[in-house]
Amino acid sequence: MDEALFNQLVWPVACIFAIVLPLVLAVAMFVYWERKIIGWMHVRMGPNKVGPLGLFQAFADVLKLLCKEVILPTHANRVLYYLAPMLALIPALAAWAVIPFSDQLVLANVNAGLLYLLAMTSLGVYGIILAGWASNSRYALLGAMRSAAQVISYELAMGLCLVCVLVLAGSLNLSAIVHAQAGSRGMLDWFWLPLLPAFFIYFISGVAETNRAPFDVAEGESEIVAGFHVEYSGSAFALFFLAEYANMILVSFLAAILFWGGWLSPFPVSWGGLGHSSFWWLFIKAFFFAFCFLWFRATFPRYRYDQIMRLGWKVFIPITLVWVLVAGCLKYYGLAGN
Amino acid sequence: MITAQLFQLLCFYFFATVTVGAALSVITLRNTVHAVLALILAFFSTACIWMLAEAEFLAIALIVVYVGAVMVLFLFVVMMLDLDQEKLREGFVKFLPVGILVAVVMLLEMLALIGVRTMRSYVMGANPAAANGHSNSAWLGKALYTHYLLPVEIAALILTVGMVVAVMLTLRQRQHRVANKRQVIAEQVNVRARDRVRLVKMDAAGPTEPPVSRAPEKETR
Repeated sequence: MDEALFNQLVWPVACIFAIVLPLVLAVAMFVYWERKIIGWMHVRMGPNKVGPLGLFQAFADVLKLLCKEVILPTHANRVLYYLAPMLALIPALAAWAVIPFSDQLVLANVNAGLLYLLAMTSLGVYGIILAGWASNSRYALLGAMRSAAQVISYELAMGLCLVCVLVLAGSLNLSAIVHAQAGSRGMLDWFWLPLLPAFFIYFISGVAETNRAPFDVAEGESEIVAGFHVEYSGSAFALFFLAEYANMILVSFLAAILFWGGWLSPFPVSWGGLGHSSFWWLFIKAFFFAFCFLWFRATFPRYRYDQIMRLGWKVFIPITLVWVLVAGCLKYYGLAGN
Repeated sequence: MITAQLFQLLCFYFFATVTVGAALSVITLRNTVHAVLALILAFFSTACIWMLAEAEFLAIALIVVYVGAVMVLFLFVVMMLDLDQEKLREGFVKFLPVGILVAVVMLLEMLALIGVRTMRSYVMGANPAAANGHSNSAWLGKALYTHYLLPVEIAALILTVGMVVAVMLTLRQRQHRVANKRQVIAEQVNVRARDRVRLVKMDAAGPTEPPVSRAPEKETR
Protein backbone atom coordinates (compact mmCIF):
# COMPACT_ATOMS: atom_id res chain seq x y z
CA MET A 1 0.00 0.00 0.00
CA ASP A 2 2.68 2.46 1.04
CA GLU A 3 4.81 1.60 -1.94
CA ALA A 4 1.87 1.98 -4.31
CA LEU A 5 0.99 5.32 -2.75
CA PHE A 6 4.60 6.43 -3.15
CA ASN A 7 4.82 5.28 -6.79
CA GLN A 8 1.49 6.69 -7.89
CA LEU A 9 1.22 9.89 -5.92
CA VAL A 10 4.28 11.12 -4.07
CA TRP A 11 6.89 10.42 -6.74
CA PRO A 12 4.97 12.00 -9.67
CA VAL A 13 4.18 15.08 -7.60
CA ALA A 14 7.85 15.35 -6.62
CA CYS A 15 8.80 15.06 -10.32
CA ILE A 16 6.29 17.76 -11.27
CA PHE A 17 7.80 20.08 -8.68
CA ALA A 18 11.28 19.20 -9.94
CA ILE A 19 10.22 20.52 -13.36
CA VAL A 20 7.97 23.45 -12.45
CA LEU A 21 10.15 25.09 -9.79
CA PRO A 22 13.29 25.25 -12.00
CA LEU A 23 11.02 26.45 -14.82
CA VAL A 24 9.74 29.35 -12.73
CA LEU A 25 13.31 30.16 -11.70
CA ALA A 26 14.35 29.95 -15.35
CA VAL A 27 11.60 32.39 -16.27
CA ALA A 28 12.87 34.83 -13.64
CA MET A 29 16.44 34.57 -14.90
CA PHE A 30 15.22 34.74 -18.50
CA VAL A 31 13.47 38.03 -17.81
CA TYR A 32 16.70 39.36 -16.30
CA TRP A 33 18.69 38.05 -19.29
CA GLU A 34 16.21 39.65 -21.69
CA ARG A 35 16.55 43.05 -20.07
CA LYS A 36 20.33 42.73 -20.03
CA ILE A 37 20.52 41.62 -23.68
CA ILE A 38 18.18 44.30 -24.93
CA GLY A 39 20.03 46.82 -22.84
CA TRP A 40 23.33 45.85 -24.44
CA MET A 41 21.80 45.93 -27.89
CA HIS A 42 20.48 49.43 -27.16
CA VAL A 43 23.89 50.41 -25.74
CA ARG A 44 22.47 50.69 -22.21
CA MET A 45 23.43 48.93 -19.00
CA GLY A 46 20.23 47.04 -18.26
CA PRO A 47 19.31 46.25 -14.63
CA ASN A 48 22.42 46.54 -12.44
CA LYS A 49 21.32 47.85 -9.05
CA VAL A 50 19.58 44.99 -7.22
CA GLY A 51 22.10 42.38 -6.09
CA PRO A 52 25.39 41.61 -7.82
CA LEU A 53 25.15 42.59 -11.53
CA GLY A 54 21.45 43.23 -10.95
CA LEU A 55 20.81 39.49 -10.68
CA PHE A 56 18.03 39.90 -8.10
CA GLN A 57 16.09 42.39 -10.23
CA ALA A 58 13.57 39.76 -11.37
CA PHE A 59 12.91 38.65 -7.79
CA ALA A 60 12.44 42.23 -6.68
CA ASP A 61 9.92 42.69 -9.49
CA VAL A 62 8.05 39.55 -8.50
CA LEU A 63 7.90 40.72 -4.88
CA LYS A 64 6.61 44.09 -6.03
CA LEU A 65 3.92 42.48 -8.21
CA LEU A 66 2.79 40.15 -5.43
CA CYS A 67 2.42 43.03 -2.99
CA LYS A 68 0.25 45.06 -5.33
CA GLU A 69 -3.51 45.11 -5.30
CA VAL A 70 -5.39 43.13 -7.96
CA ILE A 71 -7.91 45.61 -9.32
CA LEU A 72 -11.24 44.50 -10.74
CA PRO A 73 -12.50 46.97 -13.37
CA THR A 74 -16.11 48.16 -13.10
CA HIS A 75 -18.62 45.89 -14.84
CA ALA A 76 -15.94 43.29 -15.44
CA ASN A 77 -16.99 39.67 -15.35
CA ARG A 78 -15.60 38.70 -11.95
CA VAL A 79 -15.30 34.92 -12.38
CA LEU A 80 -13.81 34.98 -15.87
CA TYR A 81 -11.56 37.90 -14.99
CA TYR A 82 -9.86 35.88 -12.27
CA LEU A 83 -10.04 32.60 -14.20
CA ALA A 84 -8.30 33.91 -17.33
CA PRO A 85 -4.73 34.19 -15.98
CA MET A 86 -4.95 30.63 -14.68
CA LEU A 87 -6.32 29.40 -18.01
CA ALA A 88 -3.28 30.96 -19.65
CA LEU A 89 -0.80 29.50 -17.18
CA ILE A 90 -2.11 25.94 -16.75
CA PRO A 91 -1.58 24.76 -20.38
CA ALA A 92 1.81 26.52 -20.45
CA LEU A 93 2.95 24.44 -17.47
CA ALA A 94 1.09 21.24 -18.39
CA ALA A 95 2.87 21.04 -21.75
CA TRP A 96 6.17 20.46 -19.92
CA ALA A 97 4.99 17.01 -18.79
CA VAL A 98 6.03 15.33 -22.04
CA ILE A 99 9.34 17.13 -22.68
CA PRO A 100 12.20 14.59 -22.59
CA PHE A 101 15.31 16.17 -21.03
CA SER A 102 17.49 13.19 -21.79
CA ASP A 103 17.25 9.52 -22.68
CA GLN A 104 15.61 8.48 -19.41
CA LEU A 105 14.72 11.85 -17.95
CA VAL A 106 11.07 12.40 -18.88
CA LEU A 107 8.01 12.80 -16.66
CA ALA A 108 5.43 11.22 -19.00
CA ASN A 109 6.78 9.21 -21.91
CA VAL A 110 3.45 9.10 -23.73
CA ASN A 111 2.92 7.77 -27.24
CA ALA A 112 0.98 10.76 -28.50
CA GLY A 113 3.34 13.34 -26.97
CA LEU A 114 3.46 15.60 -30.02
CA LEU A 115 -0.35 15.67 -30.27
CA TYR A 116 -0.57 16.45 -26.57
CA LEU A 117 1.79 19.39 -27.04
CA LEU A 118 -0.28 20.67 -29.94
CA ALA A 119 -3.42 20.40 -27.79
CA MET A 120 -1.84 22.23 -24.85
CA THR A 121 -0.42 25.07 -26.94
CA SER A 122 -3.79 25.56 -28.63
CA LEU A 123 -5.55 25.83 -25.25
CA GLY A 124 -3.43 28.74 -24.08
CA VAL A 125 -5.33 31.18 -26.29
CA TYR A 126 -8.44 30.90 -24.09
CA GLY A 127 -6.69 32.73 -21.27
CA ILE A 128 -5.95 35.61 -23.63
CA ILE A 129 -9.42 35.81 -25.18
CA LEU A 130 -11.23 35.56 -21.87
CA ALA A 131 -8.93 38.12 -20.28
CA GLY A 132 -9.71 40.51 -23.12
CA TRP A 133 -13.44 39.99 -22.90
CA ALA A 134 -13.85 39.83 -19.12
CA SER A 135 -11.91 43.07 -18.55
CA ASN A 136 -14.75 45.12 -20.06
CA SER A 137 -12.25 47.33 -21.86
CA ARG A 138 -11.98 48.23 -25.54
CA TYR A 139 -8.23 47.98 -25.68
CA ALA A 140 -8.25 44.58 -24.02
CA LEU A 141 -10.93 43.27 -26.37
CA LEU A 142 -9.03 44.51 -29.44
CA GLY A 143 -5.88 42.81 -28.18
CA ALA A 144 -7.75 39.57 -27.55
CA MET A 145 -9.22 39.61 -31.06
CA ARG A 146 -5.86 40.21 -32.67
CA SER A 147 -4.25 37.53 -30.59
CA ALA A 148 -6.91 34.91 -31.29
CA ALA A 149 -6.76 35.48 -35.05
CA GLN A 150 -2.98 35.33 -35.01
CA VAL A 151 -2.71 32.20 -32.88
CA ILE A 152 -5.26 30.29 -34.96
CA SER A 153 -3.52 31.27 -38.22
CA TYR A 154 -0.04 30.28 -37.11
CA GLU A 155 -1.18 27.10 -35.40
CA LEU A 156 -1.95 25.64 -38.82
CA ALA A 157 1.53 26.28 -40.18
CA MET A 158 3.04 25.03 -36.93
CA GLY A 159 0.97 21.85 -37.04
CA LEU A 160 2.05 21.17 -40.62
CA CYS A 161 5.73 21.57 -39.62
CA LEU A 162 5.16 19.02 -36.88
CA VAL A 163 3.60 16.72 -39.49
CA CYS A 164 6.88 16.95 -41.47
CA VAL A 165 8.81 15.92 -38.35
CA LEU A 166 6.59 12.99 -37.54
CA VAL A 167 6.64 11.77 -41.15
CA LEU A 168 10.43 11.47 -40.91
CA ALA A 169 10.48 10.15 -37.34
CA GLY A 170 7.53 7.80 -37.78
CA SER A 171 6.40 8.42 -34.23
CA LEU A 172 4.49 10.91 -32.09
CA ASN A 173 6.62 10.12 -29.06
CA LEU A 174 9.14 12.90 -28.40
CA SER A 175 11.86 10.56 -27.14
CA ALA A 176 11.41 8.40 -30.24
CA ILE A 177 11.68 11.53 -32.41
CA VAL A 178 15.06 12.35 -30.84
CA HIS A 179 16.20 8.74 -31.21
CA ALA A 180 15.19 8.85 -34.89
CA GLN A 181 17.67 11.71 -35.37
CA ALA A 182 20.61 9.76 -33.96
CA GLY A 183 23.02 8.58 -36.65
CA SER A 184 26.63 8.15 -37.65
CA ARG A 185 26.86 11.58 -39.31
CA GLY A 186 26.17 13.50 -36.12
CA MET A 187 24.67 16.91 -36.79
CA LEU A 188 23.88 16.11 -40.43
CA ASP A 189 21.45 13.38 -39.38
CA TRP A 190 19.27 15.80 -37.43
CA PHE A 191 16.01 16.89 -38.97
CA TRP A 192 17.01 20.54 -39.51
CA LEU A 193 18.77 19.59 -42.74
CA PRO A 194 16.01 17.76 -44.64
CA LEU A 195 13.36 20.00 -43.05
CA LEU A 196 15.16 23.36 -43.18
CA PRO A 197 12.16 25.42 -44.42
CA ALA A 198 9.90 23.64 -41.93
CA PHE A 199 12.33 24.47 -39.13
CA PHE A 200 12.35 28.17 -39.95
CA ILE A 201 8.58 28.23 -40.31
CA TYR A 202 8.18 26.35 -37.03
CA PHE A 203 10.34 28.79 -35.14
CA ILE A 204 8.75 31.90 -36.67
CA SER A 205 5.30 30.46 -35.98
CA GLY A 206 6.45 29.79 -32.43
CA VAL A 207 7.37 33.45 -32.06
CA ALA A 208 3.95 34.41 -33.44
CA GLU A 209 2.13 31.92 -31.20
CA THR A 210 3.71 33.33 -28.08
CA ASN A 211 2.77 36.86 -29.21
CA ARG A 212 6.36 38.00 -29.08
CA ALA A 213 7.95 40.80 -31.09
CA PRO A 214 7.86 41.27 -34.09
CA PHE A 215 4.42 39.61 -33.92
CA ASP A 216 3.24 41.35 -30.76
CA VAL A 217 0.28 43.24 -32.24
CA ALA A 218 -1.80 41.64 -29.47
CA GLU A 219 0.06 43.83 -27.00
CA GLY A 220 0.99 46.64 -29.39
CA GLU A 221 1.72 49.22 -26.71
CA SER A 222 1.84 52.08 -29.20
CA GLU A 223 -1.67 51.30 -30.45
CA ILE A 224 -3.67 49.52 -27.76
CA VAL A 225 -1.60 50.23 -24.62
CA ALA A 226 -0.94 46.62 -23.56
CA GLY A 227 -3.63 44.62 -25.30
CA PHE A 228 -5.40 41.83 -23.49
CA HIS A 229 -3.78 42.36 -20.07
CA VAL A 230 -4.14 46.12 -19.91
CA GLU A 231 -6.54 45.95 -16.94
CA TYR A 232 -4.59 43.37 -14.96
CA SER A 233 -2.36 44.27 -12.08
CA GLY A 234 -0.39 42.57 -9.34
CA SER A 235 -0.23 38.81 -9.19
CA ALA A 236 -2.82 38.30 -11.95
CA PHE A 237 -0.54 40.16 -14.34
CA ALA A 238 2.41 38.15 -13.03
CA LEU A 239 0.62 34.93 -14.05
CA PHE A 240 0.24 36.16 -17.64
CA PHE A 241 3.87 37.13 -17.64
CA LEU A 242 4.89 33.72 -16.33
CA ALA A 243 2.76 31.94 -18.93
CA GLU A 244 4.23 33.95 -21.81
CA TYR A 245 7.83 33.29 -20.79
CA ALA A 246 7.19 29.61 -19.98
CA ASN A 247 5.74 29.28 -23.48
CA MET A 248 8.79 30.94 -25.01
CA ILE A 249 11.13 28.53 -23.23
CA LEU A 250 8.85 25.65 -24.28
CA VAL A 251 9.04 26.64 -27.96
CA SER A 252 12.83 26.87 -27.65
CA PHE A 253 13.03 23.38 -26.16
CA LEU A 254 10.71 22.01 -28.83
CA ALA A 255 12.76 23.53 -31.64
CA ALA A 256 15.84 21.84 -30.15
CA ILE A 257 14.07 18.51 -29.66
CA LEU A 258 12.22 18.30 -32.96
CA PHE A 259 14.82 19.71 -35.36
CA TRP A 260 18.19 19.88 -33.62
CA GLY A 261 18.56 16.43 -32.10
CA GLY A 262 17.43 17.14 -28.53
CA TRP A 263 20.02 15.88 -26.05
CA LEU A 264 22.27 14.38 -28.78
CA SER A 265 25.79 15.71 -29.03
CA PRO A 266 26.80 17.42 -32.29
CA PHE A 267 30.28 15.86 -32.04
CA PRO A 268 31.35 12.25 -32.71
CA VAL A 269 31.57 9.86 -29.75
CA SER A 270 35.37 9.62 -30.12
CA TRP A 271 35.68 13.18 -28.75
CA GLY A 272 35.07 11.90 -25.21
CA GLY A 273 33.21 14.30 -22.92
CA LEU A 274 32.10 16.61 -25.74
CA GLY A 275 30.80 13.72 -27.83
CA HIS A 276 28.77 12.32 -24.96
CA SER A 277 25.01 12.90 -25.35
CA SER A 278 23.64 14.62 -22.31
CA PHE A 279 20.86 16.95 -21.22
CA TRP A 280 23.38 19.79 -21.22
CA TRP A 281 23.29 19.74 -25.00
CA LEU A 282 19.52 20.18 -24.93
CA PHE A 283 19.86 23.10 -22.53
CA ILE A 284 22.56 24.75 -24.67
CA LYS A 285 20.47 24.43 -27.84
CA ALA A 286 17.30 25.64 -26.10
CA PHE A 287 19.24 28.55 -24.62
CA PHE A 288 20.33 29.61 -28.09
CA PHE A 289 16.76 29.57 -29.41
CA ALA A 290 15.50 31.43 -26.33
CA PHE A 291 18.22 33.99 -27.01
CA CYS A 292 16.89 34.31 -30.58
CA PHE A 293 13.51 35.42 -29.15
CA LEU A 294 15.26 38.32 -27.43
CA TRP A 295 17.42 39.05 -30.45
CA PHE A 296 14.31 39.31 -32.67
CA ARG A 297 12.68 41.61 -30.18
CA ALA A 298 15.61 44.00 -30.17
CA THR A 299 16.04 43.85 -33.95
CA PHE A 300 12.78 43.78 -35.89
CA PRO A 301 10.06 46.43 -36.00
CA ARG A 302 6.52 45.25 -35.36
CA TYR A 303 4.67 43.62 -38.26
CA ARG A 304 1.50 45.19 -39.55
CA TYR A 305 -1.65 43.13 -38.92
CA ASP A 306 -2.37 42.41 -42.62
CA GLN A 307 1.29 41.45 -43.13
CA ILE A 308 1.02 38.95 -40.30
CA MET A 309 -2.07 37.36 -41.84
CA ARG A 310 -0.50 37.27 -45.30
CA LEU A 311 2.68 35.67 -44.00
CA GLY A 312 0.76 33.01 -42.12
CA TRP A 313 -1.84 32.07 -44.68
CA LYS A 314 -0.27 32.83 -48.04
CA VAL A 315 3.40 32.08 -47.43
CA PHE A 316 3.85 29.64 -44.58
CA ILE A 317 0.93 27.27 -45.14
CA PRO A 318 1.66 26.66 -48.88
CA ILE A 319 5.37 26.10 -48.16
CA THR A 320 4.68 23.66 -45.34
CA LEU A 321 2.06 21.82 -47.42
CA VAL A 322 4.66 21.29 -50.15
CA TRP A 323 7.27 20.32 -47.58
CA VAL A 324 5.02 17.62 -46.11
CA LEU A 325 5.05 16.09 -49.60
CA VAL A 326 8.84 16.54 -49.86
CA ALA A 327 9.31 14.92 -46.44
CA GLY A 328 7.15 12.00 -47.54
CA CYS A 329 9.26 11.54 -50.69
CA LEU A 330 12.52 11.80 -48.70
CA LYS A 331 11.26 9.14 -46.34
CA TYR A 332 9.94 6.91 -49.14
CA TYR A 333 13.21 6.96 -51.09
CA GLY A 334 15.24 6.50 -47.90
CA LEU A 335 17.03 9.86 -48.16
CA ALA A 336 16.13 10.98 -44.65
CA GLY A 337 14.62 9.55 -41.49
CA ASN A 338 14.83 5.88 -40.71
CA MET B 1 -8.96 -0.44 -1.09
CA ILE B 2 -9.39 1.25 -4.44
CA THR B 3 -8.42 -0.95 -7.33
CA ALA B 4 -7.44 0.40 -10.73
CA GLN B 5 -10.74 -0.72 -12.25
CA LEU B 6 -12.85 0.90 -9.58
CA PHE B 7 -10.85 4.08 -9.97
CA GLN B 8 -11.48 4.06 -13.72
CA LEU B 9 -15.19 3.58 -13.10
CA LEU B 10 -15.25 6.46 -10.64
CA CYS B 11 -13.39 8.62 -13.16
CA PHE B 12 -15.91 7.71 -15.83
CA TYR B 13 -18.86 8.71 -13.66
CA PHE B 14 -17.12 11.94 -12.72
CA PHE B 15 -16.39 12.88 -16.34
CA ALA B 16 -19.85 11.80 -17.45
CA THR B 17 -21.50 13.92 -14.75
CA VAL B 18 -19.42 16.93 -15.73
CA THR B 19 -20.25 16.40 -19.41
CA VAL B 20 -23.99 16.19 -18.80
CA GLY B 21 -23.91 19.10 -16.38
CA ALA B 22 -21.97 21.24 -18.84
CA ALA B 23 -24.27 20.28 -21.70
CA LEU B 24 -27.29 21.26 -19.60
CA SER B 25 -25.76 24.59 -18.69
CA VAL B 26 -25.11 25.32 -22.39
CA ILE B 27 -28.87 25.65 -22.87
CA THR B 28 -29.78 27.10 -19.47
CA LEU B 29 -27.13 29.76 -18.84
CA ARG B 30 -28.30 33.30 -19.56
CA ASN B 31 -24.93 34.71 -20.56
CA THR B 32 -23.99 33.54 -24.07
CA VAL B 33 -20.24 33.63 -23.41
CA HIS B 34 -20.75 31.45 -20.34
CA ALA B 35 -22.80 29.07 -22.49
CA VAL B 36 -19.94 28.76 -25.00
CA LEU B 37 -17.52 28.08 -22.15
CA ALA B 38 -19.84 25.37 -20.84
CA LEU B 39 -19.83 23.84 -24.32
CA ILE B 40 -16.02 23.86 -24.25
CA LEU B 41 -16.13 22.10 -20.87
CA ALA B 42 -18.50 19.52 -22.34
CA PHE B 43 -16.07 18.86 -25.21
CA PHE B 44 -13.17 18.64 -22.82
CA SER B 45 -14.79 16.12 -20.50
CA THR B 46 -15.95 14.07 -23.50
CA ALA B 47 -12.30 13.94 -24.54
CA CYS B 48 -11.46 12.72 -21.04
CA ILE B 49 -14.03 9.93 -21.38
CA TRP B 50 -12.51 8.90 -24.73
CA MET B 51 -9.10 8.93 -23.11
CA LEU B 52 -10.43 6.49 -20.50
CA ALA B 53 -11.58 4.24 -23.35
CA GLU B 54 -7.97 4.27 -24.63
CA ALA B 55 -8.92 6.24 -27.75
CA GLU B 56 -6.06 8.68 -27.17
CA PHE B 57 -5.84 9.94 -30.76
CA LEU B 58 -9.54 10.78 -30.96
CA ALA B 59 -9.46 12.41 -27.54
CA ILE B 60 -6.54 14.70 -28.33
CA ALA B 61 -7.83 15.40 -31.85
CA LEU B 62 -11.11 16.53 -30.26
CA ILE B 63 -9.22 18.96 -28.06
CA VAL B 64 -6.94 20.22 -30.85
CA VAL B 65 -9.66 20.65 -33.47
CA TYR B 66 -12.80 21.53 -31.53
CA VAL B 67 -11.59 23.05 -28.27
CA GLY B 68 -8.42 24.59 -29.70
CA ALA B 69 -9.69 25.96 -33.01
CA VAL B 70 -13.43 25.73 -33.71
CA MET B 71 -14.58 26.90 -30.30
CA VAL B 72 -12.08 29.76 -30.29
CA LEU B 73 -13.69 31.11 -33.45
CA PHE B 74 -17.11 30.43 -31.96
CA LEU B 75 -16.24 32.33 -28.78
CA PHE B 76 -14.88 35.10 -30.95
CA VAL B 77 -18.20 35.46 -32.79
CA VAL B 78 -20.33 35.22 -29.65
CA MET B 79 -18.27 37.90 -27.89
CA MET B 80 -18.90 40.28 -30.80
CA LEU B 81 -22.68 39.73 -30.71
CA ASP B 82 -24.75 42.53 -29.30
CA LEU B 83 -27.51 40.48 -27.71
CA ASP B 84 -30.59 41.71 -25.96
CA GLN B 85 -31.06 39.08 -23.26
CA GLU B 86 -34.67 40.07 -22.49
CA LYS B 87 -35.76 39.67 -26.09
CA LEU B 88 -34.18 36.22 -26.26
CA ARG B 89 -36.19 35.12 -23.23
CA GLU B 90 -39.53 36.29 -24.63
CA GLY B 91 -40.40 33.23 -26.66
CA PHE B 92 -39.39 30.79 -23.93
CA VAL B 93 -42.85 29.96 -22.57
CA LYS B 94 -44.41 29.98 -26.02
CA PHE B 95 -42.02 27.42 -27.44
CA LEU B 96 -41.71 25.35 -24.24
CA PRO B 97 -44.43 22.76 -25.11
CA VAL B 98 -42.94 22.15 -28.57
CA GLY B 99 -39.48 21.85 -27.06
CA ILE B 100 -40.63 19.36 -24.45
CA LEU B 101 -42.42 17.32 -27.13
CA VAL B 102 -39.26 17.14 -29.27
CA ALA B 103 -37.17 16.26 -26.23
CA VAL B 104 -39.52 13.46 -25.16
CA VAL B 105 -39.62 11.97 -28.68
CA MET B 106 -35.81 12.06 -28.86
CA LEU B 107 -35.53 10.44 -25.42
CA LEU B 108 -37.94 7.65 -26.43
CA GLU B 109 -36.03 7.04 -29.66
CA MET B 110 -32.73 6.84 -27.83
CA LEU B 111 -34.16 4.50 -25.20
CA ALA B 112 -35.59 2.27 -27.95
CA LEU B 113 -32.24 2.20 -29.71
CA ILE B 114 -30.37 1.33 -26.52
CA GLY B 115 -33.01 -1.36 -25.77
CA VAL B 116 -32.53 -2.96 -29.21
CA ARG B 117 -28.76 -2.93 -28.78
CA THR B 118 -28.90 -4.56 -25.35
CA MET B 119 -31.32 -7.28 -26.58
CA ARG B 120 -28.81 -8.33 -29.23
CA SER B 121 -26.12 -7.99 -26.55
CA TYR B 122 -23.36 -7.99 -29.05
CA VAL B 123 -19.86 -8.22 -27.73
CA MET B 124 -17.25 -5.68 -28.73
CA GLY B 125 -14.11 -7.16 -30.25
CA ALA B 126 -10.78 -6.83 -28.52
CA ASN B 127 -8.98 -3.50 -28.93
CA PRO B 128 -7.26 -4.06 -32.30
CA ALA B 129 -4.49 -1.59 -31.51
CA ALA B 130 -3.53 -3.33 -28.29
CA ALA B 131 -3.87 -6.74 -29.95
CA ASN B 132 -1.34 -5.75 -32.64
CA GLY B 133 1.01 -4.17 -30.13
CA HIS B 134 0.72 -0.74 -31.76
CA SER B 135 -0.14 2.53 -30.11
CA ASN B 136 -3.65 3.74 -30.75
CA SER B 137 -2.65 6.56 -33.11
CA ALA B 138 -0.25 4.37 -35.12
CA TRP B 139 -2.91 1.70 -35.60
CA LEU B 140 -5.55 4.29 -36.53
CA GLY B 141 -3.21 5.86 -39.08
CA LYS B 142 -2.38 2.54 -40.67
CA ALA B 143 -6.02 1.46 -40.85
CA LEU B 144 -7.15 4.80 -42.30
CA TYR B 145 -4.48 5.00 -44.98
CA THR B 146 -4.55 1.38 -46.12
CA HIS B 147 -7.90 -0.28 -45.58
CA TYR B 148 -10.05 2.85 -45.55
CA LEU B 149 -8.05 4.97 -48.01
CA LEU B 150 -10.89 5.58 -50.47
CA PRO B 151 -13.41 6.85 -47.85
CA VAL B 152 -10.70 9.10 -46.37
CA GLU B 153 -9.89 10.57 -49.78
CA ILE B 154 -13.56 11.11 -50.58
CA ALA B 155 -14.11 12.84 -47.24
CA ALA B 156 -11.06 15.03 -47.90
CA LEU B 157 -12.39 15.93 -51.36
CA ILE B 158 -15.82 16.84 -49.95
CA LEU B 159 -14.21 19.06 -47.32
CA THR B 160 -12.06 20.78 -49.95
CA VAL B 161 -15.09 21.41 -52.13
CA GLY B 162 -16.91 22.77 -49.08
CA MET B 163 -14.04 25.14 -48.36
CA VAL B 164 -13.87 26.39 -51.96
CA VAL B 165 -17.64 26.95 -52.00
CA ALA B 166 -17.48 28.85 -48.70
CA VAL B 167 -14.81 31.11 -50.13
CA MET B 168 -16.81 31.66 -53.32
CA LEU B 169 -19.99 32.48 -51.37
CA THR B 170 -18.32 35.06 -49.16
CA LEU B 171 -16.20 36.66 -51.90
CA ARG B 172 -18.05 39.91 -52.41
CA GLN B 173 -17.90 41.30 -55.91
CA ARG B 174 -17.74 45.06 -55.74
CA GLN B 175 -20.24 46.79 -57.99
CA HIS B 176 -18.10 49.39 -59.65
CA ARG B 177 -14.99 47.30 -60.05
CA VAL B 178 -14.31 44.14 -61.94
CA ALA B 179 -12.32 42.43 -59.21
CA ASN B 180 -11.91 42.74 -55.48
CA LYS B 181 -9.29 44.93 -53.91
CA ARG B 182 -6.06 43.07 -54.05
CA GLN B 183 -2.63 43.71 -52.69
CA VAL B 184 0.32 43.21 -55.01
CA ILE B 185 3.12 42.78 -52.54
CA ALA B 186 5.91 43.12 -55.11
CA GLU B 187 4.62 46.57 -56.07
CA GLN B 188 4.34 47.60 -52.44
CA VAL B 189 7.87 46.50 -51.69
CA ASN B 190 9.31 48.16 -54.78
CA VAL B 191 7.90 51.56 -53.93
CA ARG B 192 10.55 54.21 -53.36
CA ALA B 193 10.04 57.32 -51.32
CA ARG B 194 10.48 59.60 -54.33
CA ASP B 195 7.49 57.94 -56.08
CA ARG B 196 5.14 58.90 -53.29
CA VAL B 197 6.53 62.01 -51.66
CA ARG B 198 7.60 65.13 -53.51
CA LEU B 199 9.72 67.60 -51.63
CA VAL B 200 9.16 71.12 -52.87
CA LYS B 201 11.69 73.84 -52.21
CA MET B 202 10.01 77.03 -51.05
CA ASP B 203 11.15 80.31 -49.66
CA ALA B 204 10.54 80.68 -46.01
CA ALA B 205 7.44 82.77 -45.28
CA GLY B 206 5.57 84.33 -42.39
CA PRO B 207 7.04 85.17 -39.02
CA THR B 208 10.38 83.57 -39.86
CA GLU B 209 11.11 86.48 -42.19
CA PRO B 210 13.81 88.57 -40.60
CA PRO B 211 12.37 91.80 -39.15
CA VAL B 212 15.47 93.64 -40.37
CA SER B 213 14.07 93.99 -43.88
CA ARG B 214 10.92 95.62 -42.53
CA ALA B 215 12.73 98.16 -40.46
CA PRO B 216 13.83 100.39 -43.35
CA GLU B 217 10.21 100.58 -44.62
CA LYS B 218 9.09 102.16 -41.38
CA GLU B 219 11.80 104.71 -41.69
CA THR B 220 10.67 105.78 -45.13
CA ARG B 221 7.13 106.43 -43.89
